[in-house]
Amino acid sequence: MAADAPENVGGTPVEPGAKQVLGSDDVRRAITRMAHEVIERNRGLDGVVLIGIQSGGVWLARALGAEIERIDTAVPVGAVDASLYRDDIGLRPVAPGSVSDLDFDVDGATVVLVDDVLFTGRTVRAALDAVADYGRPSSVQLAVLVDRGHRELPIRPDFVGKNLPTSATEEVQATIDGVLIS
Amino acid sequence: MVARSLLTVEDLGAAGALRILDLADHMAEVNRRPNPKVPALRGKTVCSVFFEDSTRTRLSFETAAKRLSADTMTFAVSQSSLNKGESLRDTIETIAAMGVDAFVVRHRSSGAPQLIAGWTQASVINAGDGWHSHPTQGLLDAYTIRTALGRTGGLDGLRMAIVGDVKHSRVARSTVAIMRMLGAHVTVVAPRTLLPPDTGDAFADEVTDRLDDVIADVDVLYLLRMQQERMSEALVPNLREYTARFGLTPARAARLGQQTLVMHPGPMNRGVEIAVDPGELSGSVITQQVTNGIAVRMAVLFDLLGSGSPAAATTDDIREGLTA
Amino acid sequence: MSLLISGARVIDRNGERRVDVRVNEGLVDEVGTTLDPREGDQVIAADGLVLSPGFVDLHVHLREPGREEAETIETGSRAAALGGFTAVVAMPNTDPTQDCVEVVDFVARQGERAGLCDVRPSGSITVGRAGTQLAPFAELAAAGVRIFTDDGNGVQDPLLMRRALEYADGLGITLAQHCEVERLTAGAVMHEGSCCSRLGLPGWPSIAEELMLHRDIELVRLTGVGMHFLHLSTAGSVELVRRAKADGLPVTAEATPHHFSLDDERLASYDALYKVNPPLRTVDDIAAIRAGLADGTIDAIATDHAPHVPELKEQPLDEAPPGMLGLETALGVSLAHLDMPLAAVIAALSWKPAAIAGIDDRHGRPIDPGEPANLTVFDPDVEWEVVPARLASKSRNTPYIGVGLRGRVRHTILDGTLVVTDGAATR
Repeated sequence: MAADAPENVGGTPVEPGAKQVLGSDDVRRAITRMAHEVIERNRGLDGVVLIGIQSGGVWLARALGAEIERIDTAVPVGAVDASLYRDDIGLRPVAPGSVSDLDFDVDGATVVLVDDVLFTGRTVRAALDAVADYGRPSSVQLAVLVDRGHRELPIRPDFVGKNLPTSATEEVQATIDGVLIS
Repeated sequence: MVARSLLTVEDLGAAGALRILDLADHMAEVNRRPNPKVPALRGKTVCSVFFEDSTRTRLSFETAAKRLSADTMTFAVSQSSLNKGESLRDTIETIAAMGVDAFVVRHRSSGAPQLIAGWTQASVINAGDGWHSHPTQGLLDAYTIRTALGRTGGLDGLRMAIVGDVKHSRVARSTVAIMRMLGAHVTVVAPRTLLPPDTGDAFADEVTDRLDDVIADVDVLYLLRMQQERMSEALVPNLREYTARFGLTPARAARLGQQTLVMHPGPMNRGVEIAVDPGELSGSVITQQVTNGIAVRMAVLFDLLGSGSPAAATTDDIREGLTA
Repeated sequence: MSLLISGARVIDRNGERRVDVRVNEGLVDEVGTTLDPREGDQVIAADGLVLSPGFVDLHVHLREPGREEAETIETGSRAAALGGFTAVVAMPNTDPTQDCVEVVDFVARQGERAGLCDVRPSGSITVGRAGTQLAPFAELAAAGVRIFTDDGNGVQDPLLMRRALEYADGLGITLAQHCEVERLTAGAVMHEGSCCSRLGLPGWPSIAEELMLHRDIELVRLTGVGMHFLHLSTAGSVELVRRAKADGLPVTAEATPHHFSLDDERLASYDALYKVNPPLRTVDDIAAIRAGLADGTIDAIATDHAPHVPELKEQPLDEAPPGMLGLETALGVSLAHLDMPLAAVIAALSWKPAAIAGIDDRHGRPIDPGEPANLTVFDPDVEWEVVPARLASKSRNTPYIGVGLRGRVRHTILDGTLVVTDGAATR
């Protein structure tokens, strides 16, 4: 099953026999809650930027950014490609069209890294290195829609949509329409 | 796992070529950063082995390797013991014993990189062999066209004319091959003396010696270097006649389409194949070719040596890592 | 001691019979339907095997003197004997050249000392093979030389070639030509055609061979002096020789096994093992060579055995020397690739080249009492593959690795002495 097959939502293929653990309403509500948490935690949005991790975190960063704008004001939203910073074989291969896109300054910013699913933490570790190549943020926070456990590095999320215990062999797909486990 | 090599564009195939072009987009973005460097090939060693002089290509490859954080070694023939009679095979095996992950090879003999690939476990990247192949040039030419025209995917329907000494040109062979693989229509323009013996369908879509018949209708005009050395082989009577028949003169430049790209692999023989100032040609993408050369070579190095690259990953690993 | 070869299919120029053959004191002694072994007979059981006159190779490079690291007269003779050859014509592109009596005598003596094969040195047409001055034909003929060639190169100067033919008239010698117009082949490493275009390699057009062949055929017509043509490789060349013979001209021709078995696509690997002069050509040329052998246009199979040390062949194509081994695989390639009666193949390997070389008083003879015993016994059906490391040649540049061969020599008898027994040299 190819990761880069067309029509994949959020960069992951849809597995037959999948179980839906969150519906689209759940996802919307989680995003709204997370948006409030980001604003509250940072006492406003001064210097806050959202950076979605390619490619699964990009839709979520945009959705989160849109919700934050609805509640409060607009924040800059960008995307970072971590695939050139990987420390192991095969995790999240370089996908076409998933280039980094940061048209704002990262120096001194409060960066909220956004990804759809947090698993081993290696992608986030690579994304931290990627962001560091653009400048020196004053701090970095992590927002994820789903935390499925099985961390292999000391990475912890600041904002979580849903904690979802899974077995290591299961696959989790998260989109605006819901979260599936298979 | 046996290392893969890049010896010809034909080996890559259309799918492989597109993969490299898409990877080059990532690399081009890296090159736009203030600090154009990523750790993707940290710990890998890339050795340039250039048996034929070419500062430009060698620097392009070395820059590409360094931007991916690889270590680089250079072996240039003037410093080498090849002059003292050490065989090509011994030279390669000696360097390989120092722990090299990839050789970037340029040699005046067609087929030398292929021989070298049989003598080492390292990846071999052909940086130009004799008249035969220059795959990274073909790739960067296709990439330049794609980005200049704002296209993604292939180049279906594109019309290119490639003009000049095709017989002796590895650039021509690779660029024509990749353009046709990606769906473009290629016309070769040259006198018969500068064509290879067999110019059947496998070679090009059309062959002509009349540049004026095609120049107004192409999307890309690709000029090849006309070497002074060819004069002694009775291939062309003199350069003046060559320029009159096949050069990009001001008169011909005026007939180019508004959107037509003008390309050249460099270095240019001003006044011969190109008799206008490229700076004054609105369609010239010659400098972009050089810039893109680094991004494309980074893509090639990453494709062959990088972990997490589609080439290195097995299907299982991709599945496992999808939701990290 | 005498040899009794029993149960073989005996094939010579007079036909095929199933007879036993006794060899004694250098000659065929007795031939009969069933011969009982006598005291002192060494019996060679040859059931299912063929006994024929020993083969004669018109074209081998023994490399000695000058390039003994690639082959010596001894190692080359051993390879020849293992290939079933009882005589070879040694090419003159040695260092120093075989253009004077001293060198020619040296080669002949080395051959005698090795005692594995009858080594007949050829002479060059021009001094040093430089193409400008005629070599001393009469002096060399007096020393026993019959074939004269500048092989490695063709004689480029038409006037010189005319003079050479006129001077050779009546000396009882034969001039042989390596047909190659050098101005058309500068830098070439393979056949000029669609393959070289694709591979980006300079090519050797067929016409470079055919132009010189045509020239020499006309010189034969003009002077009335015969010629032999080495290693024909193109369909056009075969047709030129066919017409010349039809016109009654005194010309003969040979072809190598690689030119009727391997095509130019082999060069796609860029492996210099397949680089040879003249080059491997197209499947159409191969078909024409086979047809030429079948209808007698091409008289002889000659290997152009050309040893080179491995380091030289492991170079890029334009740096590597041309040439392939051939002695030990000639029979195997011929039987695997030629669709001809066995007797016709043996003719092309044995009595026809013996006649061209002027040694048919001793080689290629009918197997009858009183005839010199230069014989070979081979299995015509066994299929085998060559293992480079097991070759007797000092070099390893055989292009037949992985190619199926059919037919293999078991015994070779030189002047009545076994030099090869059960596929192994006796010395």
